[in-house]
Amino acid sequence: MPGLGTTLGRGGATSFPQDLVNSDCILIMGSNMAEAHPVGFANVMKAKDRGAKIIHVDPHFSRTSAVSNLYVSTRAGSDIVFLGAIIHYLLENQVYFHDYVVNYTNAPMLIREDFQDTEDLNGLFSGFDPASGTYSNQESWDYQRDEYDKPLTDPTLQNPQCVLQIMKRHFARYTPELVESECGVSREEWLQVVQALVENSGRERTSTLCYAVGWTQQSKGVQIIRAGSIMQLLLGNMGRPGGGVLALRGHASIQGSTDVPTLYDLLAGYMPQPAEMLSTKPESQHEPTSTTWGARQDKHVHKNTQQTLQEYIDVTGQKLGWWSNVPSYIISLLKAWYGDAATADNDWGYHWIPKITGDHSHINTSYAMLDGKVKGYFLLGQNPAAGSTNARMQRKALAQLDWMVVGDLYEVESAAFWYKGTNGEKVDPATLKTEVFFMPAAASTEKEGTFTNTQRLLQWRDKAIDPPGDARSDLWLIYQLGKRLKKLYADSTAPRDQGLLNLTWDYEMEEPQPDSHLTDEPDAQLVLKEVNGYYVTQTNSDGQVTQYDLHNAPHVPTFTALKTDGSTACGSWIYSGVYPEPGRNRAASRISDGKMNLDWGFAWPANRRILYNRASADPAGKPWSERKKHIWWDAEQHKWVGNDIPDFPPDKAPDYRPAPDSTGMDAIAGTDPFFMKPDGRAWLYAPTGLKDGPLPAHYEAIESPVQNALYKQQSNPAAKYHRDRKDNVLIELGDPNYPFVITTYRLTEHHVSGPMTRWMPWLNALQPSLFAEISPELAQERNIVDKGWMVLRTPRGEIEARAMVTRRLRPLRIRGRIVHQIGLPFHWGFQGKSTGSITNDLTHSVLEPNVSIEEAKAFLCDIRPGRLSSSEHNVGRKEH
Amino acid sequence: MHEPANRSVRALPMLSNLMEIGSRVQPFSKESREKAPRIRDAKVVHSVCPYCAVGCGLNVYVKNGKVIDIEGNPDSFINHGTLCPKGSATFQYTVNASRTTQVLYRAPYSDHWEVKSSEWALDQIAQRVKKTRDETFVERLDDGRVINQTQGIASLGGATLDIEENYLIKKLFNAGLGIVSIENQARI
Ligand code: SF4
Repeated sequence: MPGLGTTLGRGGATSFPQDLVNSDCILIMGSNMAEAHPVGFANVMKAKDRGAKIIHVDPHFSRTSAVSNLYVSTRAGSDIVFLGAIIHYLLENQVYFHDYVVNYTNAPMLIREDFQDTEDLNGLFSGFDPASGTYSNQESWDYQRDEYDKPLTDPTLQNPQCVLQIMKRHFARYTPELVESECGVSREEWLQVVQALVENSGRERTSTLCYAVGWTQQSKGVQIIRAGSIMQLLLGNMGRPGGGVLALRGHASIQGSTDVPTLYDLLAGYMPQPAEMLSTKPESQHEPTSTTWGARQDKHVHKNTQQTLQEYIDVTGQKLGWWSNVPSYIISLLKAWYGDAATADNDWGYHWIPKITGDHSHINTSYAMLDGKVKGYFLLGQNPAAGSTNARMQRKALAQLDWMVVGDLYEVESAAFWYKGTNGEKVDPATLKTEVFFMPAAASTEKEGTFTNTQRLLQWRDKAIDPPGDARSDLWLIYQLGKRLKKLYADSTAPRDQGLLNLTWDYEMEEPQPDSHLTDEPDAQLVLKEVNGYYVTQTNSDGQVTQYDLHNAPHVPTFTALKTDGSTACGSWIYSGVYPEPGRNRAASRISDGKMNLDWGFAWPANRRILYNRASADPAGKPWSERKKHIWWDAEQHKWVGNDIPDFPPDKAPDYRPAPDSTGMDAIAGTDPFFMKPDGRAWLYAPTGLKDGPLPAHYEAIESPVQNALYKQQSNPAAKYHRDRKDNVLIELGDPNYPFVITTYRLTEHHVSGPMTRWMPWLNALQPSLFAEISPELAQERNIVDKGWMVLRTPRGEIEARAMVTRRLRPLRIRGRIVHQIGLPFHWGFQGKSTGSITNDLTHSVLEPNVSIEEAKAFLCDIRPGRLSSSEHNVGRKEH
Repeated sequence: MHEPANRSVRALPMLSNLMEIGSRVQPFSKESREKAPRIRDAKVVHSVCPYCAVGCGLNVYVKNGKVIDIEGNPDSFINHGTLCPKGSATFQYTVNASRTTQVLYRAPYSDHWEVKSSEWALDQIAQRVKKTRDETFVERLDDGRVINQTQGIASLGGATLDIEENYLIKKLFNAGLGIVSIENQARI
């Protein structure tokens, strides 16, 4: 989550849903929390009972809106106008939390003179290269720096090059008038939101911001999250009880799969995957020089090349702040992966890790598949044939594979695409080559293991029973596959196979699980131990060295114990501490104390529940107010104390000031709560780290009914458009054939594309079929009747749905014109007990530049009454 | 229609030997006396809801090697025993006749599934992985930079799986095999 990571330091929710009861105001935007996170939403209701003001801003009136104090209906895709106007208001009227902003954010930092803003370049920042469609030169975005590379500042916030002044200019045209004309929100309504936030922020009060995929699934999603975070920082709400930004995650362990992770561009704990980008231009000829692992034959020097571990650390680590610890984290990871084969002499096996050479994200990989470049595919609990954007393209891509492995509980669309189509479309298996292995998977109750939930909380699940039949855990599948591959390669001496052969791979159970007939299941606790970290060697006081393996090694207590000398191994440093000693799996701890519940599960990092909580105290270390106290400096004990685990070096005094030439954590002052950032401060302005600009700027959705009112640049210039793809035809501005805005969302009763819900009669009875929500005005315009069939169409595909004619969607007046919006859930497909059209057949494959997420929350379509012809002729199809 | 007898029984103290239906007092049958909640002697296994990321605690009730019920864990500070419709339906997610519990194989251009053993499938998959990897592995870029990667195999999924599973996927596929496209739902 670079939105939060770049701004604050870590890609995770800063707080937890149960802390919402401490909020005085809760703004929910980009989320239908009542419906998508119902039990978490109970905390919002508790807060409301205690007098908190609840505000919901969304294109679609939902269960969340129904119980909010204020619902604001807005145009999908206009979020940055709405938020930018709030930022503008806070700055102009000087109602931001001055002491917080000047001390804890980079508002006083000076930006280089050659930086040019979107105001100067009509929607572009300096450094944009139109040929590649990227900000290939971001140097001008940087701070002005002193001889020690530390930023220059102006604490009076008057210097025209300081971040606060640059923001004032940048957001100057984000006005209430613009909110009216672009969001379709009256200025009075907007002002009510601003006033509620201002009144409920400051020393005595705090407000929380909740968002979900309503923000992330947009072509500028990261910048919307940035805008929300900037607002919260200006209001002084970060790191404080009842404050923060609550990123609401949609899968049981989606946070975990980002932390550990199964993402192409990250290694464990948010270290980047080593990269050798194809686009990096060689700079000069040069002879092989000393590298630590054998002869290198490079003919060219590449800027930012990552051929050696040292180069990787130079490029990805930081000299200042917490990330100066990268060497101990990466070396411990390499020790966890390659064991004894990882030594100082061979760069700890660094060269065995594959380097990424471009964007290998999901959708780009689907295109590579379509082009025949990907031959084999593992689908483990994911269903792109219905669940991923441009699903028709996804199904075509699957058909180009030589082989695929599907691990799931049910025969999902992605497993059945070779004999079945959507809406009765005929598929001829004789023309489809893909070899398919369906491996039945164990359910969450049939295996033990850990989920990381939306609040970064690791919770261990015990196993209830064995899975039925031949169903097995994914842990078993991967473990057994690894064993077989090691055997197949056993005789190889090829350098490229040595990573696999050296991979530590022994997770055998020491004794079988009680009541289980499974004998070859790997030990998930051992895997968790490796993730937590262990000592590879330990030296006693006599200098005697003891060598350990995973099975007998002592656990590391936490990540501060990790070393650069190869004496520790750790699979994901941010999880270190979850299993600090044998018999003490803290993820399995279940003690509720009615307060912070610090012994229920384990929250990364180091069990801290509110991140950046140093900011809950003023610069001197005293709580901002008695009402909002959380942690504070105890001068007598010389440490931080309070209700939570301090998210700060425990004995760093508030009056500590770094020497000018200090590095690492020594460079972090006692007043710097955001110590993951090299300057210790939250980044209102991001001098580095983002691919589409240092400040949020409003761009229209890729498909939008209106021209961008702010800049000549219509949509995100750095987005990945895939314009050359014939299955990704985009609707151009002003195309009369596709006049309506459409936004997609979840229902409580189903989950994503339905692989875990559409086989279940209980849930199908509650939500039996796909429907589209349209306003009575639109229904009348297009002769569509309530509960009748309607067809929705984009250049990517056509689907059918029942019409739900409802006031929940309101036509908006945008620049004097009526804009209709349509709401559409996306839980259906052609498999399961409840079937229906695939909403993702409509969506396009333009990706957000930082995280390569598609734009399912705002695009265009056309509608008509009736059904798809393939469905009408398909006699066997079940009618609802 | 009469109310089912057991509804009234529940309202009475279990030790009583008599029960009241309407105005009449009747002796307890043995069956009625022994009536108890289904979950009474069941083993309680602690779990977590597999759907959204709120992370509601579940109590899984196991009797005679079978899951007989799944409820919200009242001790959890996250859900205090409550669940939304999805979490409440976890039982039907796991105990469901529509689940595929056999290994299925579809040969190229075939029009049907074949049932196979796990051992066979694992052997075959391992061979496919090796063949594709060997054919598509790239050690160096043209300019000599070492990349040690394959783009010939990809993996998708992880957000519904366990941390331990995610960890082994990344470890085997990336650190072991050199696969770069390892992705999950965080991207959608
Ligand atoms: S019960 Fe509902 S709210 Fe709770 S984790 Fe499950 S899906 Fe989410």
